[in-house]
Amino acid sequence: MHVGLAHYLTVAAILLVLGVFGIFLNRKNIIIIFMSIELILLAVNLNLIAFSAALSDLAGQVFAMFVLTVAAAEAAIGLAILVVYFRNRGSIQVEDVSLMKG
Amino acid sequence: MIADIFFYIFSVVLLLSAAIVVSARNPVHSVLFLILAFFNAAALFLIAGAEFLAFVLLIVYVGAVAVLFMFVVMMLDVNFAELRSGFQRYLPVGATVGAILLAELLGLEAGWQIAPEASTLRLSPAPSGVQNTVALGQLIYTDYIFLFQAAGIILLVAMIGAIVLTLRDRKTMRYQDIRVQNTRRPADTLALVRMGLGSGVKPESYYRPHIPEPAGFVEEPHGHGPAGPGGH
Repeated sequence: MHVGLAHYLTVAAILLVLGVFGIFLNRKNIIIIFMSIELILLAVNLNLIAFSAALSDLAGQVFAMFVLTVAAAEAAIGLAILVVYFRNRGSIQVEDVSLMKG
Repeated sequence: MIADIFFYIFSVVLLLSAAIVVSARNPVHSVLFLILAFFNAAALFLIAGAEFLAFVLLIVYVGAVAVLFMFVVMMLDVNFAELRSGFQRYLPVGATVGAILLAELLGLEAGWQIAPEASTLRLSPAPSGVQNTVALGQLIYTDYIFLFQAAGIILLVAMIGAIVLTLRDRKTMRYQDIRVQNTRRPADTLALVRMGLGSGVKPESYYRPHIPEPAGFVEEPHGHGPAGPGGH
C-alpha cells in the first residue's frame, strides 16, 4: 500500500495519544511530563509536514519550524524553572507546586 | 516502494520508542529513547520531503533539547522510584482518555477528504525544480520575515530567561572588581618578613589576602584524623 497522507496522520495521531497517555501516567514526574509534551509537539510537526507534502504547500513547513522554535524555548525555560524549584525545595514533586494557590 | 518499507520501519520504531519514553522505569532511559524517537521522526520528515526540517530537528532536538533533558535528569538528585508511585493508579484513567482520543482522531481521519479546490487556496505553493532548503529560505526571508524575527526574539527571551532564572549570586563567588584592582598599592599586598636565624617559615609569615569565609560552609568530617589531605 502506497504511503500517503493517511499513514502520516495515523502515526502522528498515535504519537499524540502516547504523549497524552504519558502525561496521565507520570503525574508526579515533571521531567517525563516535559518529554511527553515534546512528543505531542513532534506529532503536531509530523501532521504539519504531512499536509505540507500532500498539498505541496511550503507554509506548513514554515509553521512547523516555528513550532520547533517555540518547543525549544519552552523546554529551556521549563527546565530552568525546574532546576530553580529543585534548588529551593529539594524535590520535584508536582503536587508540591501549589504554593501560589493562595 | 523502498520508501514505503522504510516509512513503516521508522514509524514502528518511532512509536515503540515513544511508548518506552512514557513508561520507562529510569528517566535516563526515557531521554535516550526520546533521542531515538527524534531520529526516527527526522527520517519520516526526510521521507515526506522536508529535508531542511529533518536536519533542524536533529540539530535542535537531539543536539540541544535532549542533551538539556539529560543534564537535568542526571544533575537533580531525585528519588525517581518515589515519583513512580501512583503509576498503577493513573493507568486506567490514562488508558481510557488515550483510547477515546485515539478513536476520535482515527474517526476524524477516516472521513478526511481534501477539498477539490484546496490546491487553489495554497498560501505558498512549493516551487518546482528548487530544493526544499532553497525554497524554504526564499520563503522565510520574504513572506514570513516578521514571523522569523519573532521566532528569534522568542529564542532570545528564552535564553535570557533561562540564564536569569538559574544564575545564583553567591557571596563566595569572586568576581573581578576593577575599582579594587586599580586602587591596590604595593603596601597593601606586599609584606617584607625578616626571618630569624633557624626559625623557619611559618604559614602565618606569609601575607595572605583576606578571603571571606563562605557563608554556611561546614567542613565535612572526613574521619581521617589529623593526617590531613594525605588520608585520601
